[in-house]
Amino acid sequence: MSGFLIGEGWINLAYLVAAVLFIVGLKGLTHPRTAVRGNLTSAWGMLLAVVATLVANGLDYQWILVGAVIGGLVGGIAAMRVQMTQMPEMVALFNGFGGGASVLVAGAAYMIAVDPHTQMTVSTGLSGMIGAVTLTGSLVAFGKLAGLLPGGQIGFPGMKAFNALVGLGVLGCVGWLTVDPSAQIAYWIIVGASCVLGVTLTIPIGGADMPVVISLLNSYSGLAAAATGFVLMNNVLIIAGSLVGASGIVLTRIMCVAMNRSLGNVLFGSLGPSADGPSADDVYGGKVKSTSPEEVAMLFDTAQRVLVVPGYGLAVAQAQHIVRDLGNVLEERGITVEYGIHPVAGRMPGHMNVLLAEADVPYEKLREMDDINSEIAQIDVCLVVGANDVVNPVARTDPQSPIAGMPIIDVDKARTVVVVKRSLSPGFAGIPNPLFAADNCLMMFGDGKKAITDLVAALKEG
Amino acid sequence: MEALVAAVTVFVLAVFIGFEIITKVPPTLHTPLMSGSNAISGVTLIGAIISTRTDNPKLATILGTAAVAFAMVNVVGGYMVTHRMLDMFRNKR
Repeated sequence: MSGFLIGEGWINLAYLVAAVLFIVGLKGLTHPRTAVRGNLTSAWGMLLAVVATLVANGLDYQWILVGAVIGGLVGGIAAMRVQMTQMPEMVALFNGFGGGASVLVAGAAYMIAVDPHTQMTVSTGLSGMIGAVTLTGSLVAFGKLAGLLPGGQIGFPGMKAFNALVGLGVLGCVGWLTVDPSAQIAYWIIVGASCVLGVTLTIPIGGADMPVVISLLNSYSGLAAAATGFVLMNNVLIIAGSLVGASGIVLTRIMCVAMNRSLGNVLFGSLGPSADGPSADDVYGGKVKSTSPEEVAMLFDTAQRVLVVPGYGLAVAQAQHIVRDLGNVLEERGITVEYGIHPVAGRMPGHMNVLLAEADVPYEKLREMDDINSEIAQIDVCLVVGANDVVNPVARTDPQSPIAGMPIIDVDKARTVVVVKRSLSPGFAGIPNPLFAADNCLMMFGDGKKAITDLVAALKEG
Repeated sequence: MEALVAAVTVFVLAVFIGFEIITKVPPTLHTPLMSGSNAISGVTLIGAIISTRTDNPKLATILGTAAVAFAMVNVVGGYMVTHRMLDMFRNKR
């Protein structure tokens, strides 16, 4: 490449500094205290990389400005407007845009390339494939999370065979591009077929598995950027892309472990209802004790340690703020209040932590699952709000259960458990929860927000 | 070939750095991590800018412009929303 205002060596040096800033920035995210600075460091790295790129001669600044203003406005407004409960949708959508950008850049680069060699054709093909799968896969995930598409598992007979066939076809087109680099059409066939593949791979995955899917698509968006880096032979794209790719994989693995499922099982298997598990009537029959806010308020009279275990139901009911109020009222009485967070509470990794942070709950009060499980016997009252499968003791006791072996918060071992829930309806796993029928468990039926509001009122009166 | 090996070397080492750092991020920050890394993957913006060179075919410029818009959504939206979330974690005292 020629025609730069300053030497290409200097530009590459600036890219190196940008890559270092990305790494230092991510390192800042390892602690809440340094996280804000880390994110800003990373943003400075991006600005440096962009400025270094803009000094190249012969760029069409007019068009760059048009694209930048449109994209910047859309991104900025979305970032300011989005509700914290909608973060999963937004991240899914942004992943898709990242994938789309990679498809376009690789396509443009290939169009310009003079006599492309094998390395260029292969990386262009991969960039188009990963980018397109990310684009449409993310749009489907967005649709499911935003409730625009049905959340359940959708599919047709022979879908797996269809996917395998399309996948092989895409790889075949990469081969075609390599044999005949002038066949531009092959690239767009790759993109088109991969767009279909993104839909058919994502649409059969059920709502409960969305944390895994978003993490995986996050990883893909990084890998697509890295593949584009190979097309352009640009180190900052390769480094930044692989950092994001690695990050997404790590989160995917954490989510899979938290649900005790393999990645293959999430992507290609189905959770199928347990055929011979006990029915809801067997489990609950006459043993479920219903309680009132007044009774629960009395429970707190003698309590010293309270643990709140929030689930996605809390976010749906927008109850995070009133739960914080409840915590404040209890703390004024000298009660220790903590929050036990299951890794898959919410719809994306760490979602529940953000929702509680939004409600001004200090992060020091949020305890991880393993951490709190070791102390759970000392908890006087455990308040489960809108969580079900992640506190189902069946995971521990019944090896035949569909959630057998899934790590759970052992709330059944607390002295008293109060479950705030609309009804006895099952969670995503579709199985009854014997916790609700346990001797030490009381059910406070109702909408999360209203039930906790009543509880706070009862506490203030009592 | 030599350039490819150099690029693959960079790729593999960066993946390892990524694994090392990300495994140390606490679960509390996993959502901001995801939106923040999302912003970083908007680095495709660099490639998008390069593909708008005036001596390129018009179609490449159009693709490049669309790519700039897509990547800018990622970069601006990603960094801003991450900052918004992290601010919530910081203001707790």
